Amino acid sequence: MINSKYFLKGIKSVKGIDSPAFGLSASLIAIGALYKNLGFSIEQSFFSTFFTYALPGQLVMAESILVGASLINIFIAVWLVNVRLYPMTVSLMPLLMHKNQPKWKYYLSCHFVAVSAWVIAKKNYQNIEKENRIDFWIGIGFATWAIAIISTLIGYLAADYLNNNMMIGLAIVNPIYFMCMMIGAMKTLEITSSIILGAILGPAFYIFSPEWSILFGGFAAGTIAYFLGAKNDN
Amino acid sequence: MITSFALAIAITSIATFLSRILGVLSSEKISEESKIFRWFNCLAYSTLAALISRIVVFPTGALSETDYMARFITIITCILIFYLSRKNPVYPTVFSAILLYILKGYFI
Repeated sequence: MINSKYFLKGIKSVKGIDSPAFGLSASLIAIGALYKNLGFSIEQSFFSTFFTYALPGQLVMAESILVGASLINIFIAVWLVNVRLYPMTVSLMPLLMHKNQPKWKYYLSCHFVAVSAWVIAKKNYQNIEKENRIDFWIGIGFATWAIAIISTLIGYLAADYLNNNMMIGLAIVNPIYFMCMMIGAMKTLEITSSIILGAILGPAFYIFSPEWSILFGGFAAGTIAYFLGAKNDN
Repeated sequence: MITSFALAIAITSIATFLSRILGVLSSEKISEESKIFRWFNCLAYSTLAALISRIVVFPTGALSETDYMARFITIITCILIFYLSRKNPVYPTVFSAILLYILKGYFI
């Protein structure tokens, strides 16, 4: 089963003054308030974060409902905006996989792959021996997931007390936090160029195709950055 | 409408979990030392950067009600604070909410 020592260590790594939990919480408070204003019940708001746990996708769903989009349109729009979770999972799971660990841990805990948990795991995985990394990851994922669910409920209940400017203030917190984390991660040519090119090509592709911009922009930027890094190694 | 909300939540959850589960399936055959792992690492950072940049440049939701200049001033100020605070992300994050609140409410 799950090794409680490493699970708790994972939970504890979410604490601290520079934790992504702060930005995550602020953003999900805003989502909770938005759900209330759209007419979601508190149970639906809870289950949205419980089952989805990916902020941009949840925002896309809320806005799609607002404009009366069909279910298939919602599916495609959410898949495209959350497609980043695929390379994020592939760039994390090989670091956690160990032959002594059961596969169900990886298949269940992939639900926790989201920017906040991913950033914490990438920052700390080297401090944990490989066999125990998955339990450490489950601790990180569980803690950030719980914060997200609780924050959604707080936002829902506080919606009547949040004015529009406060909602705007809460909405900028998450992108600014992750922008800082991205800048902080720029330590190699490969990562630096991935981030700079992604930041340029994402909005650039949006001009031609809003829905596919993240997929195309991210793919082009990451591939160019990979070759730049490989060339630099030679 | 209640059914529609429930269905929309279900559809959103499936669309999101699909990328995650495919990621684990693909990971089973990828070594952390391999070139493909390095490429995926680049893709992870670049798609994240593309998403964050798109959220700020072409926002949806509450942020779309703010002026481009207000967002631009907030970002530049926050990057400066990030470097001045020895790359501590908390100060610029807290300041961003306050600054945008002030800019939206009183200036731009």
